[in-house]
Amino acid sequence: MKVRFTVNDKPVSAEVEPRTTLSLCLRDHLRLTGTHVGCEHGVCGACTVIIDGEAVRSCLTLAVQVEGRSITTVEGLAHGEDLSPLQASFRRHNALQCGFCTPGMLTTAHALLTEEPHADEARVREVLSGNLCRCTGYIPIVHAVLDARVAYGGPAWTGEAHAHHGDGEQR
Amino acid sequence: MKPPKFDYASPDSLAEALELLARGQGEARPLAGGQSLMPVLAFRLAAPALLVDLRQVPGLDRIDIGPDGVRLGARVRWRDIERDARLCTAAPLLAEAIGHVAHYQIRNRGTVGGSLAHADPAAELPGIAVASDALVEVASVRGQRTIAAGDFFLGALSTALEPDELITALVLPPWPARRHAAFEELSRRRGDFAMAGVAVGFELDGNARATGTRIAAIGAADRPLRLRTAESALDGRTVDARAIAEAAAAASAEVDPADDLHASAAYRRNLVGVLVERAIARACPPPFNRREAA
Repeated sequence: MKVRFTVNDKPVSAEVEPRTTLSLCLRDHLRLTGTHVGCEHGVCGACTVIIDGEAVRSCLTLAVQVEGRSITTVEGLAHGEDLSPLQASFRRHNALQCGFCTPGMLTTAHALLTEEPHADEARVREVLSGNLCRCTGYIPIVHAVLDARVAYGGPAWTGEAHAHHGDGEQR
Repeated sequence: MKPPKFDYASPDSLAEALELLARGQGEARPLAGGQSLMPVLAFRLAAPALLVDLRQVPGLDRIDIGPDGVRLGARVRWRDIERDARLCTAAPLLAEAIGHVAHYQIRNRGTVGGSLAHADPAAELPGIAVASDALVEVASVRGQRTIAAGDFFLGALSTALEPDELITALVLPPWPARRHAAFEELSRRRGDFAMAGVAVGFELDGNARATGTRIAAIGAADRPLRLRTAESALDGRTVDARAIAEAAAAASAEVDPADDLHASAAYRRNLVGVLVERAIARACPPPFNRREAA
């Protein structure tokens, strides 16, 4: 079946089987391999993409279901060669090691902060609970997201001094 | 794994969707958000010949609040429920429990109809439906019917739906202004399926006596259960520490949970009692929820 949608502001089309997941369509048909596939049954969050502003698991969505929709993948976050503020924050906080979960972390956090720039630490942790990371222990990821809020119109983060003590956010 | 092969249709009317389900003779399955069906397909636990996508069927995404209660269309998502402030008063138990349902990304696509049809024994919405005496509205080419939530769930991943039937809505009856409720669950991560969960509702008369008590448990059997013995232990009594303890003990004795890798049966049995105790205590409004009163 032919499916047409928009990826990172560009109209695309692909010839897919009905059973082709959006994750597979992005990676194998459109060669956008930034979207990672971990568990392929909706548990790990690595394949998270943004559909019309909402973070979703692309392994639990069929490509044919997104006909006419607008998708943002991790490739769509940066402007050219420049890291987005969220990506730069991940780098600053060492919020990635192997990088496998990172696309899903970034897309999830981007969707969250776009809708909720004032998300507090509890909210960030709750939202990121749907994304598994096996390297970093999450703390630098949470800090990176909190620190990036200011770029979305949210509050500045002042918790740096306590980052290594696990004290969480300073207000 | 990848899902097995299937055909796909995206009808733009309910009539056409029902026609496709009927013609499928049990080999067609409806698809809404796919947050339960897609994992089932990925594990190859099901291999339908046809998926009937409901995304273009009009009217299924509405939340209507009226004299008959709250009507949640089958394609209403967790996100929609979370963001509808009217539900805090119209369906307080639902509003209270919704924060436990799934993870952020799943909530953006998971639906009411999908959760009911999937019938996971630990899912929250089936428990809320059973606790609320909700009605499941279903349709087929043969007509419409309404199934009481208590009769809808037959076992793990098993419901009273006929193969050609589609859930169109869940109706939560009107919420009495004086009914108090609480929902408690324990899961390893917030958003995971519960090891066990409990929904409690009751009204209080002038002497702090409970009436119309309803207590339901999830994750404690192969389907959501009303705990009738626990309800009887509390109903008509002053809600004090002794009544709460007796209702909790009755709840523990009444459930028959299974062992699995998340928790043993004995742990779950104990947990149900603990959650019932917490839920009743928390449901009590001031001043009844003071430590000495509870």
